[in-house]
Amino acid sequence: MSDTGDAARAIEAVAGGLAGAGYIPTRRIATAVYLARELRKPILVEGPAGVGKTELAKAAARYLDLPLIRLQCYEGVDESKALYEWKYGKQLLYTQILKDGFREVFENADGLDGALRKLQSFDDVFFSEQFLEERPLLRALRQPDGAVLLIDEVDKSDEEFEAFLLEVLADYQVSVPELGTISALVPPLVILTSNSTRDLGDALKRRCLHLHIGYPDRALEERIVDARVPGVEPRLRALLVAFVHQLRTRDLKKLPSVSESIDWARTLLLLHAEELDTELVTETLNVLLKFHDDTSAVEHQIGALLAEARKTAAPA
Amino acid sequence: MKGPIVGFVGAARAAGIRVSVAESLDAVRTVDAVGYADRALLRDALSAVMAKSLDEKPLFERCFDLYFGREQLEPARLTARGAELPGQSSAALSALSTMLLGDDRGALAVAVERAANRAGASAIRSWTQTNMIARRVLDELGFAALAQDLERLRDEDAALAAALAEALEDLRAVVRARVERSLELSGPRRWDDDALAATTLWNLDPRDVARMRVLVRAMAKRLATRYGRDRRARRRGRLDVRRTLRRNMGHDGVPFVTVWKRKKIEKPRVVALCDVSGSVAAFAQLLLLFLHSLGEAISDLSAYAFSNRLIDVGEILRERPVDDAIAEVMRRIGLGSSDYGTALEDFARLGLSAVDRHTSVLILGDARSNDAPPRAEILKTVAERAKRVVWLNPEARSSWGTGDSEMLRYLPYCDVARRCSTLREMERTVAELFIVR
Repeated sequence: MSDTGDAARAIEAVAGGLAGAGYIPTRRIATAVYLARELRKPILVEGPAGVGKTELAKAAARYLDLPLIRLQCYEGVDESKALYEWKYGKQLLYTQILKDGFREVFENADGLDGALRKLQSFDDVFFSEQFLEERPLLRALRQPDGAVLLIDEVDKSDEEFEAFLLEVLADYQVSVPELGTISALVPPLVILTSNSTRDLGDALKRRCLHLHIGYPDRALEERIVDARVPGVEPRLRALLVAFVHQLRTRDLKKLPSVSESIDWARTLLLLHAEELDTELVTETLNVLLKFHDDTSAVEHQIGALLAEARKTAAPA
Repeated sequence: MKGPIVGFVGAARAAGIRVSVAESLDAVRTVDAVGYADRALLRDALSAVMAKSLDEKPLFERCFDLYFGREQLEPARLTARGAELPGQSSAALSALSTMLLGDDRGALAVAVERAANRAGASAIRSWTQTNMIARRVLDELGFAALAQDLERLRDEDAALAAALAEALEDLRAVVRARVERSLELSGPRRWDDDALAATTLWNLDPRDVARMRVLVRAMAKRLATRYGRDRRARRRGRLDVRRTLRRNMGHDGVPFVTVWKRKKIEKPRVVALCDVSGSVAAFAQLLLLFLHSLGEAISDLSAYAFSNRLIDVGEILRERPVDDAIAEVMRRIGLGSSDYGTALEDFARLGLSAVDRHTSVLILGDARSNDAPPRAEILKTVAERAKRVVWLNPEARSSWGTGDSEMLRYLPYCDVARRCSTLREMERTVAELFIVR
């Protein structure tokens, strides 16, 4: 059993590393990343859109200095898109070019039987690695130094595909019928993200660590905005984060997320804003809210929301 | 070494978190990696390994705090008063008394924990056992020796005896709290899912309802998945040779563009009438839940609930979260005495126009109409318009038509009438009706 102090220090190191890569993690997130490396397990990250699920994978890749390999899932994604495909075009082209060469080979074959035998020995030539088109999963397994494999929005894929992923996730290997089983050179750090549009299967969940990322609290969000958009004055930053938090208490179709806070901070920086007032907020509201219904529901309350935000943002 | 984590996995399962064997192994490895000393760290780490959905996270945290929490031991009152242990008598005191009077609270906490384990506190199943087990824990701690000390000290040193008596009271409270925590962790009951699925819904123990709901939802998900697969297979279709050739006339008949045969996807339209009167209430709640969960597969579901009157509950089921919706339906109309005649009249007025030749009408109820006129002719009209009428009756076929059951009068107008009294029968029936065609 390793010492708790060691683990705590290692987690601090992970948190520091992620922060260095531009991602401010909660302790829970850092713990999950640490555990994923320690136990060699994938992380399944769930949470609302725009809280930094995908960003976590990118930051982890930067921190660990590994290539990020991304597999975007969608309805109908299948093996040939995720794992491998044969380069049919290249195969055809080669056979065409080699046509004459074949004639020579077959000329001194005795009878049909001999020709067939020879043909069979070529079979493997055309289904060799040379003609193998690597897709993200296979590429991740064959990285010499390991990789960060991001399987994005796994909930969008079909259940069949989810079942197909199990082998990759549990054993870090895949079976290609023509080549046999390919094991990872170095097990990649796998991060799966899900927006919970459907419930994932138990089998998948069982193989993963589960991490839920919710909206951060004000202090953390201020740090995140600071890390991503340096140059926003602290007072304004506190106020804008407080305003976004006020918005999140409202009953909206799509609550503004961390990515919206960052975009807004960037917008305010571009506009050289020094103070939030009703007019400015109204003009830039479309950065925060992405539905017309939401915008019109909030528009006439901006004054009140701002006042409330000022109250909470003011240092006690 | 692995003791506490194994116990914790058991406690988490009892709290309703699904922890598989593989996950419990992961939990052990996690503990190896992070150790026990940092509580917050351990909680975050185990939460990632054991609680795999948003619903389970709060359950997990509560369970963790209960399991790894410790009763707060008051600092020793004697030391608080600044008194000193009399040297000559302390040699004669029992280990427990010394510990109570001393200020090593850590050692005392460990002793309580050990005694609780020896006394089998984790095997507690009912609150009636609390006193007995608390008593046993005290005995394990060395209560007998302590009582003797107390007896002897009364004569020798009254002040010390009083202090010891007070400390004993504290200890009693601590032990009791410890045992109660064990009780809370042991969970209300241990369930056997398979047995539960085969239990008659009539005899459903109210305590099992929560568990049953989980099963119902899992079942609905299974059905929805199977249905979804059928639907996709249809969407893919087959090559339509004739239209492919036709489309590619311009390319000299070389099939550059393929055309696929398409089947029209038939989504079942279901009108469900659900009896929610007192006699079948538990059953009806589960059925409502089932229909609600099936929403994915059945695109067009209208739902009505009745006891003596009938109301449209489709909107309630659609708009609200499921538990809320069911509670609301039961509040509005539930638990009365059933009157099938009036309910059918109401249905003729409210919902008959929505029934056409694509609609399956699903009636869930025991057909016990409390001697009110059955109005079977309305059901006849419904049957003539609908694709089919399916009646699921929780009673056995042999008791149909006995007493105030009007089932036999309705029977001629039902395309399918089945007994459906267990969850398993329910799944089979619904699968046949709406999925396999």
